[in-house]
Amino acid sequence: MDLKWIALVPLFPLLGSVINLFLGRRLSKGVVGTLACAAVLASFAVSVGAFFSLNAMAPEHRQVVVHLFDWIDAGSFHVPFAFLVDPLSVLMILVVTGVGFLIHVYSTSYMEHDEGYARYFTYLNLFTFSMLVLVLGSSFLTLFVGWEGVGLCSYLLIGFWYEKKSASDAGKKAFVVNRIGDFGFALGMMLIFWTFGSLNFTEVFSGASRFAAGEPVMTTICLLLFVGACGKSAQLPLYVWLPDAMEGPTPVSALIHAATMVTAGVYMVARCHVLYMLSPTAMGVVAVVGGVTALFAATIGLVQNDIKRVLAYSTVSQLGYMFLALGVGAFSAGIFHVMTHAFFKALLFLGSGSVIHALSGEQDIRKMGALKGPLGRTYFTFLFGTLALAGIFPFAGFFSKDEILWNVYNTNRVLWVVGVAGAFCTAFYMFRLVFLTFFGESRLTSEAKHHLHESPPRMLVPLFVLAILSVVGGWIGLPLMPGGNPLTHWLDPVFGPEAAVGGEGAGHGLEIGLMALSLGVALFGIMVAWLFYRKTPKLPVALGASMKGAYNMLLNKYYVDEIYGAAIVRPFFSLSGMLWTFFDVKVVDGVVNAVGRFVRGAGSAARGLQSGYVGGYALAMVLGLVVVISYYFIK
Amino acid sequence: MVPISNYLWVSVILFSLGVTGVILRRNAIVIFMCIELMMNAANLAFVAFARQTHTLDGQVMVFFVMTVAAAEVAVGLAIIISMFRHHESVNIDQVDLLRG
Amino acid sequence: MPHLQFPALSVPLVLFWVFAVVACLMGLLVIVLANPVSSALALVMTLCAVAGLFLTLGAQFIAAVQVIVYAGAIMVLFLFVIMLLQLRGEPGGLRGVLFGPKVLAGALGVALITQMGSLVATAAWPAGAADPAAFDSPLNTQMIGKLLYSRYLLPFEVVSVLLLVALLGSVVLAKRKF
Repeated sequence: MDLKWIALVPLFPLLGSVINLFLGRRLSKGVVGTLACAAVLASFAVSVGAFFSLNAMAPEHRQVVVHLFDWIDAGSFHVPFAFLVDPLSVLMILVVTGVGFLIHVYSTSYMEHDEGYARYFTYLNLFTFSMLVLVLGSSFLTLFVGWEGVGLCSYLLIGFWYEKKSASDAGKKAFVVNRIGDFGFALGMMLIFWTFGSLNFTEVFSGASRFAAGEPVMTTICLLLFVGACGKSAQLPLYVWLPDAMEGPTPVSALIHAATMVTAGVYMVARCHVLYMLSPTAMGVVAVVGGVTALFAATIGLVQNDIKRVLAYSTVSQLGYMFLALGVGAFSAGIFHVMTHAFFKALLFLGSGSVIHALSGEQDIRKMGALKGPLGRTYFTFLFGTLALAGIFPFAGFFSKDEILWNVYNTNRVLWVVGVAGAFCTAFYMFRLVFLTFFGESRLTSEAKHHLHESPPRMLVPLFVLAILSVVGGWIGLPLMPGGNPLTHWLDPVFGPEAAVGGEGAGHGLEIGLMALSLGVALFGIMVAWLFYRKTPKLPVALGASMKGAYNMLLNKYYVDEIYGAAIVRPFFSLSGMLWTFFDVKVVDGVVNAVGRFVRGAGSAARGLQSGYVGGYALAMVLGLVVVISYYFIK
Repeated sequence: MVPISNYLWVSVILFSLGVTGVILRRNAIVIFMCIELMMNAANLAFVAFARQTHTLDGQVMVFFVMTVAAAEVAVGLAIIISMFRHHESVNIDQVDLLRG
Repeated sequence: MPHLQFPALSVPLVLFWVFAVVACLMGLLVIVLANPVSSALALVMTLCAVAGLFLTLGAQFIAAVQVIVYAGAIMVLFLFVIMLLQLRGEPGGLRGVLFGPKVLAGALGVALITQMGSLVATAAWPAGAADPAAFDSPLNTQMIGKLLYSRYLLPFEVVSVLLLVALLGSVVLAKRKF
């Protein structure tokens, strides 16, 4: 396949979105859903084609810029609208379209009874389109188009049920927090243009070789870009929007958390690895923020009672792992985790959606239990996702997480300890979730019990596919292979061989030992969860009572939302109020009114001259004539 | 031979009379007549200059002025008639639609 | 007053003075007579006197047109409208017909006369090449006709359109219902 057809990848979802936007109300639900799914499936097919044609090329040539049109051409500022096809972007579009397609299929059933069916698929396709532009763009500005596009679509989809106040609030929150990150990203872009005179990836990255490592301008650029990544990928301190994002329909959560949106920040940092490699400070910041977020979010996840909220915090935590990997220079490990995480997190969200669907909208795990029987298939797939997330051999999460931890171990032991602690928490809260949801006594309301039903095939099939991927997805990154694992090998043309930190020197023995250790930690977490929630259910209650302060702190998510409210939102509101009542009303309106009054006064003073009598005008004319002639006489 | 300045003096006096009339009178028809007076003053000057320079162009110009004056009178009198219909008067102090 | 020239009395000079005095006097009457009909008749007299001045300048064709078109057709139109509207003089004589700041208006009139008059008195008027055939001879009308249909053909045609427009315009304006 000629790579110029890559333009079709974003084009199909865009077409689907446009058609559903204008004709969606008149088409039947079947047509709308089929159209949306077909658009993404077509993109996926083209992506697969692109993968094979790229694979057929020599590794050092696997970087093709497909020029579509000149977008901005003003003076020295030249931005073509072009797509960059290389192993990294192809991997990303495969994940986005592949997982995105499964979520689309799932949605056709999940959203079947919703009023805004066509609107939903319009947004969903637009979301996919934006994400594809983001990962395919060959310049920072093209990337930014997709970047803003996913921000907008997340706002639209989180607030999809806008008649619900919490949903529209969550949408606004996501939008505003993202905007803070975007501000940093935009500043970073400007600094890049100022430094390199271009926004195209190829020119910027080749120009970066002129700079020595550790130059302040590089650090500034990287940190500004990282602010943007923090906003989009929900890292401390800008993660607050993601847990609220579950106000949207569950498949949207799956899309945001797995395939699109949150991986944008990881992708962007990986794409700019050339710049980050030049700034050890920025790398350190990325690693520390990632590591702290991984543990921080995982601890919050320990005590949450909303099935989707637990998963949301686990996403924040897993994104932390990805940034941890990027921060220690293990870029391919980070991208590997992006991919495996996309599989099992989509699976978990769709599985939780299946549970919620079966219980007619119930999301509180305290009101679930014993669903293993009635929802056997959902349970089966959900368990796969949980094992993968907990990092149990041989599920996908095991390989990617251990590659990250192995790279971290070789760089910084403290962060490694943090990562392992996070892994323990992850295993614990995920199995807490599983035990409370699927085991034990049924705590369902009688009404929910009455309606209990397994989900239809259109929801189950994507679950099965994702369950299989959650197992085999990790095998493309098998460790201990001679010459690096296949995925690292595939990404080599992008990140270069030197990015594979860790080296062979440390020895396979240690690597295997660490794997065994983290596997043991995960199993220990599962065991503790089993102890708490299966064997002696009174224990967690007693523990919560005895450590009330810590428990409340975790339950209230470290009061971060409250702190932001007091420190930022409320002062901002009062400042705005003051500007409104004083500056706007008094100063701005005052000036405007004064201008109006002046004109009106001048008019009423001058209207006296306008008597309306023709004779008066004739008199004035002759007077003027005489004056003008007199002037020539005097002169 | 009468010197040209004599004719010009007559022209000046007629023109000034016309101007004064336009300013002073309140009857629209009389004002109109005063305008005719001013045009005649101009015509006289034209013919006098034609005589002075021994060319006929001045006289041709007078011919055109007369044609325009005829058109102007036709339209002007029509306006006065419609004004009279509105105000039952041709006094310009009755008409102040232009007042600000 | 700048000096007027008084050469030896001749027939043209006498005629000039007669017509000039009549023209100015009648012009004055136009603006001071209270009754519009009287004003119109005074204007007819002025126009005829100016036609006489044209004759003394050797412009027979213009003089004839002045009498026929101006004093004839146009002034009849004026009188016709005055009759149609049944206009009378205002009560109170001159005071009733005048309007606006009279002193200022009079002063302006005098100022105009003074200014333009001083121009007339001080300027030197160059004489052109002599072409006596065009003046004081029956050839005058013929030569104006040739000029109109050669050099001034375009303005001549345009003026005809203007007259047509004025015709239509006055019909539309004077129609009772718009």
